[in-house]
Amino acid sequence: MSASTTSAPRAGSYVDASSNADLRGWLHGLPPVDQVGLEARAAALGTRSIKTTSKAWAIDTAISMIDLTTLEGADTPGKVRNLCAKARVPDRSDSSTPRVAAVCVYNDMVGVAREALGDSGIHIAAVTTAFPSGRASLAVKLADTQDAVSAGADEIDMVIDRGAFLSGDYRTVFDQIVAVKKICASNPDRPDAHLKVILETGELATYDNVRRASHLAMLAGADFIKTSTGKISPAATLPVVLLMLEAVRDWRDATGTMIGVKPAGGIRTTKDAIKHLVTVNETAGPDWLSPQWFRFGASSLLTDLLMQRHKLSTGAYAGSDYISED
Amino acid sequence: MPTGFEYAPAPESPAVVDIASSYGLFIGGDFVDPSDGASFKTLNPATGEALSDVSEGSAADVDAAVRAARRAYDRVWGPMSGAERGKYLFRIARILQERAREFAVLETLDNGKPIKESRDVDIPLAAAHFFYHAGWADKLEYAGLGNAGKPAPLGVIGQVIPWNFPLLMLSWKIAPALAAGNTVVLKPAETTPLTALLFAQVCQQADLPPGVVNIVTGAGETGHALSSHPDIDKIAFTGSTDVGKQIARSVAGTRKRLTLELGGKGANIVYDDAALDQAVEGIVSGIYFNQGHVCCAGSRLLVQESIADDVIARLKRRLGTLRVGDPMDKNTDVGAINSAEQLARITALVEAGEAEGATRWSPPCDLPDRGYWFAPTVFTNVSQAHRVAQEEIFGPVLSVLTFRTPAEAVAKANNTPYGLSAGIWSDKGSRVLWTADRLRAGVVWANSFNKFDPTSPFGGYKESGYGREGGRHGLEAYVAAGSED
Repeated sequence: MSASTTSAPRAGSYVDASSNADLRGWLHGLPPVDQVGLEARAAALGTRSIKTTSKAWAIDTAISMIDLTTLEGADTPGKVRNLCAKARVPDRSDSSTPRVAAVCVYNDMVGVAREALGDSGIHIAAVTTAFPSGRASLAVKLADTQDAVSAGADEIDMVIDRGAFLSGDYRTVFDQIVAVKKICASNPDRPDAHLKVILETGELATYDNVRRASHLAMLAGADFIKTSTGKISPAATLPVVLLMLEAVRDWRDATGTMIGVKPAGGIRTTKDAIKHLVTVNETAGPDWLSPQWFRFGASSLLTDLLMQRHKLSTGAYAGSDYISED
Repeated sequence: MPTGFEYAPAPESPAVVDIASSYGLFIGGDFVDPSDGASFKTLNPATGEALSDVSEGSAADVDAAVRAARRAYDRVWGPMSGAERGKYLFRIARILQERAREFAVLETLDNGKPIKESRDVDIPLAAAHFFYHAGWADKLEYAGLGNAGKPAPLGVIGQVIPWNFPLLMLSWKIAPALAAGNTVVLKPAETTPLTALLFAQVCQQADLPPGVVNIVTGAGETGHALSSHPDIDKIAFTGSTDVGKQIARSVAGTRKRLTLELGGKGANIVYDDAALDQAVEGIVSGIYFNQGHVCCAGSRLLVQESIADDVIARLKRRLGTLRVGDPMDKNTDVGAINSAEQLARITALVEAGEAEGATRWSPPCDLPDRGYWFAPTVFTNVSQAHRVAQEEIFGPVLSVLTFRTPAEAVAKANNTPYGLSAGIWSDKGSRVLWTADRLRAGVVWANSFNKFDPTSPFGGYKESGYGREGGRHGLEAYVAAGSED
């Protein structure tokens, strides 16, 4: 892969995806990943010491990158409305607190969220394509996505068919992403819905697979690549996020196109979030330090970020009772 | 508030360590004044400020130290059981761990290396060496060292160590010597004596019998007095090849034993099927770790021609994220050059590289305006004929060469007067083993670089010296073993 950024061919002309053999040849020709070295690098990035002004900047940036999420079978309109209220006003005691980037809900709750968020500018992400397993026919997956787009979701979080990927059927995974992407662009009333492709890295088993799945998703038109559904352990780990950041960095070098990264699941503390931001900064680079290019899929992270924000501004911990639950 | 992610300074406090205004010599368990009262200053290379006055040991002082070591060897340490010696070594190891922060801060102040390296690498490894050798002290008979299963100590050992890893090299030298039942006189490098003097206090704290460890500070003259002293049984030296040759000449024809751990120009071979992002990390730790002040540094990058542009682009981007500056800042990756003299040597060799036609590159970085600094540097378009491809620079300077076939990689890697270390990066196990079998280097790392462990022997081929340190092989250098004794 050329490291030159001067020419910017579109992804379509970059790789021939006309057969599974072509895709396989390309994906298996990507540089391999050394597990020990990758994990050592992630651990080293995790030891950066972030203090005072940098920490304040990091906390606000992390808040602005959150996709505030509820993905439970027990979700109700009331629960989703509460979440939207928190997205609009994360901290009633401090109006300088940034808003989160989006709320992320199941498909059938998109309408509720659309109403609750109004014209706040907060995005609505919907999980589709038979989330979290992805085990449905393509017709059902597309209908699922169409539902979400029609109801007003402007960000679609789809899952890949891990079964197809693991069996070596890269073409099926590619075709499904392309088809979902087409629906994202189909609504005449709204700008294209952003497509986040969930790789479910915990099920891909090897780092080599994570790199291949990342590139496959980018080739098929993903706007974001996302680690996990949050339903499988391990979810987002720092080595996996580091690897995906290398993938988007290499992708920009090769094609000139920037793709976002979204770790989701398991990131609960400010300390964790800051480790991720350090990794973004030192791997893909500062261009990615924006909600446009990096997101945290999280439900409880915001509470800890707000507590740490209080601590920095007042010098004392107030505790979680002083932060609204949802 | 910074825009973007400009990490705020995170300085480690120097308050955890007390630096005396002057230090004597550690002889016979006490700090004593040097016989002729001479002293020199040791500086903080990051600022150029003096840290303390250190005694300049004369030939008379060296003689006093050797006599103290001989006395301790004859009366206490030699006759002592291995199990008892082991207890002392374990005690020293534990004290090093307890006082780790103090040692790390002092090492960084005196040497200029980043606190994260002294804290996470030097001091833990130094303690590990004492722990490891403490375990051997009562098991030497089972180490397979010969002499009818009863390896005997050699006697008094003279040891001279370099400035790049002051406490770690001390522990590499002292721990095996003591475990085997020898006593030592050690001369630390003149620019980095402070952690050795703090170690002398640890010996006192551990109630080590007086004279078992003696530390005589000074420069080349002091080292010469030590290596030429007639009552020394063995010399162990780590440092430059030039000085090593002088010592070898002075020892030749005497009954003294000698081990030498000298310079290197390690090859780091990257094949086209390597995990490139991890290889780049390995290249960085291979040459920019400890400012490149590493005898086994991977200072010659041999990269397969088909991926050379890609690897160099990735490497340059990675170097842009290296943080150069205050070594006491916990976020610093590359610290200060150890001395003005070393800085001048690096500068001269780099200028020679440019003059010979190699292409010099450094990432943009602001260097502090006082102290000794050299930006991480990469030379491309280097050929084997260039000085920067042949001579040890001992600084953060990487020379990049290319190869087309595995045989060419091996030939180029071995085409050096040195033979201390090498690295191989490939996803293919058979290729790693094929290459490792053919490399003339004491240590070959596969898909890693600059990894150290007390259980693993370390040492060189050719002008990188002879003898091994660490592991069972390292013990062998400190016992009379086999049929010769």
